[in-house]
Amino acid sequence: MSYQLENTQPGEKYNTIFSRITPAQRRKRNARTRLRSRLLLGIYLVLMILPIYWLLNMSLQTNSEILGSMTMWPENLTFDNYIGIFTNSSWYMGYVNSIAYVLMNMLITICVALPAAYAFSRYSFIGDKHLFFWLLTNLMAPPAVFLLPYFQLYYSVGLFDTHIAVALAHCLFNIPLAIWILEGFMSSVPKEIDETAYIDGYSFPRFFVKIFIPMIRSGIGVTLFFLFMFSWVELLLARTLTATDAQPIGMIMTRTSTASGIDWGTLAAAGVLTILPGILVVYFVRHHIAKGFALGRT
Amino acid sequence: MNKVYNNRAWLLVLPMLVLVAFSAIVPLMTVVNYSVQDVLGANARFFTGTEWFETMLNDPALQAAFLRQIIFSLTILAIQVPLGIGIALIMPKRGWQASAVLILITLPLLIPWNVVGSIWQIFTRGDIGLMGWGLRQLGIDYNITRNAGDAWVTIILMDVWHWTPLVAMLCYSGLRSIPEAYYQAARIDRASKWAVFRYIQLPKLTNVLVIAVLLRFMHSFMIYAEPFVLTGGGPGSSTTFLSQSLTTMAVGQQDLGPSAAFSIIYFLVILLVSWVFYTAIMNMQKDKHSQGGA
Repeated sequence: MSYQLENTQPGEKYNTIFSRITPAQRRKRNARTRLRSRLLLGIYLVLMILPIYWLLNMSLQTNSEILGSMTMWPENLTFDNYIGIFTNSSWYMGYVNSIAYVLMNMLITICVALPAAYAFSRYSFIGDKHLFFWLLTNLMAPPAVFLLPYFQLYYSVGLFDTHIAVALAHCLFNIPLAIWILEGFMSSVPKEIDETAYIDGYSFPRFFVKIFIPMIRSGIGVTLFFLFMFSWVELLLARTLTATDAQPIGMIMTRTSTASGIDWGTLAAAGVLTILPGILVVYFVRHHIAKGFALGRT
Repeated sequence: MNKVYNNRAWLLVLPMLVLVAFSAIVPLMTVVNYSVQDVLGANARFFTGTEWFETMLNDPALQAAFLRQIIFSLTILAIQVPLGIGIALIMPKRGWQASAVLILITLPLLIPWNVVGSIWQIFTRGDIGLMGWGLRQLGIDYNITRNAGDAWVTIILMDVWHWTPLVAMLCYSGLRSIPEAYYQAARIDRASKWAVFRYIQLPKLTNVLVIAVLLRFMHSFMIYAEPFVLTGGGPGSSTTFLSQSLTTMAVGQQDLGPSAAFSIIYFLVILLVSWVFYTAIMNMQKDKHSQGGA
């Protein structure tokens, strides 16, 4: 929705004939507010980055340099901490485990959430509102409540210490979240599209895969981003459901504190490496997240 | 949108229902089961009725944790919501700068929660952390392991650092959906900046703000990993929140009955709050539809 006012250039946001101040003054005033907001944003970003920078800084130092003196940047640059992680299978398997269960969870969740979200956005059926509310309550169930029963449940069905156990457990909050987000996106697609497709002779599965899913592509991208995010950062359940074979990296990091003190360098390097997958994922969905964070509800 | 009444939609919901029920109902029933029994061994258990619930509700340690939890949740909401809106307002709207700022701002959201704790633990240490060291250089006696006030400030600072980006991103996407014509109209009316914010931007943000408050409330109410790593609940129990009390009781002390009763109370509180939010959202949407129809 946009229109062009009379006496203005395309792209000019201001109707000049109504204004008392000259364009030059206005430009100057705009430039000043712009500069001020850039400055504030810059300060926020610097403060935000600082803790992460400190972690990165420590990961590139030897333990003696970390403990010996305050250095704002690594004076004897060393990659030993990273090399140590990449050459020790008990360390790097932690990353493999984490990524494995996150991917499994994303796949399972999106497969069952897409049809369910479609049902919620297009049909009313007995108990739909109650079901939706029940789903939301699962989103709000504190993982701490479920720790013990989860352990017993997965132990008794023989899934304890497997990737799939963590992936299934994370479905508890990820499926409701995915349905909530996808429902918003699907409701913004006009229903006439469905009806036209059915008149054209599309069956439901074919319509869904060929027409509907491509239409809500960016919604799915955003959903996957959120699924990744919440599965990647959650560790309470992941830690409880695993022992050795599927242990997430966040748990392996606690090994750095030994009797002889904490291996700060390795801890910092492992921490930096847990941030990297997130950066990668944001980079891929950067064009969609701006819109998608509103979850289709603006 | 008018929805078609069709009970076959249940077929579409069914696979999801089976999965979530496996993850939610079975464990929840286990909790309910424990909460009314005293488990002494594999085959020795007694029905205790509501005894555990009474014990838990009267436990001063838990009441204190509950109070701390509420204070914490309200404090971070009061800081994060205005700060998030402010950041969203000054974020660049287009170009490579917009992408760069977006990526930078979402960064804290994608760090595993216990790593967030580790980052802040390192950052605030007096000997090797920039912030702890810096404050000591300034002559401030800052120590999160000994001073409860310092621990509180640090945890709130950490949560603001960690989660303000979520509020900012939600508001940013809300702002992006406002058509340029609204701003043009406001300029013709010579609306002040405040008026533009109050009558154009804020109304458009209500939808996303409801989501932001809801998400932030529930996540802050279940916060566990970050304070656990940062302070371990200390000094004393000054930063022990509900999740941590529960985990200590259930896993550490193996008090199945009381901790199950506690779990149910905890869950009911969250349920109550989510019901209030859910009804509020639903009513808001109804109002909007009836306005659109009129």
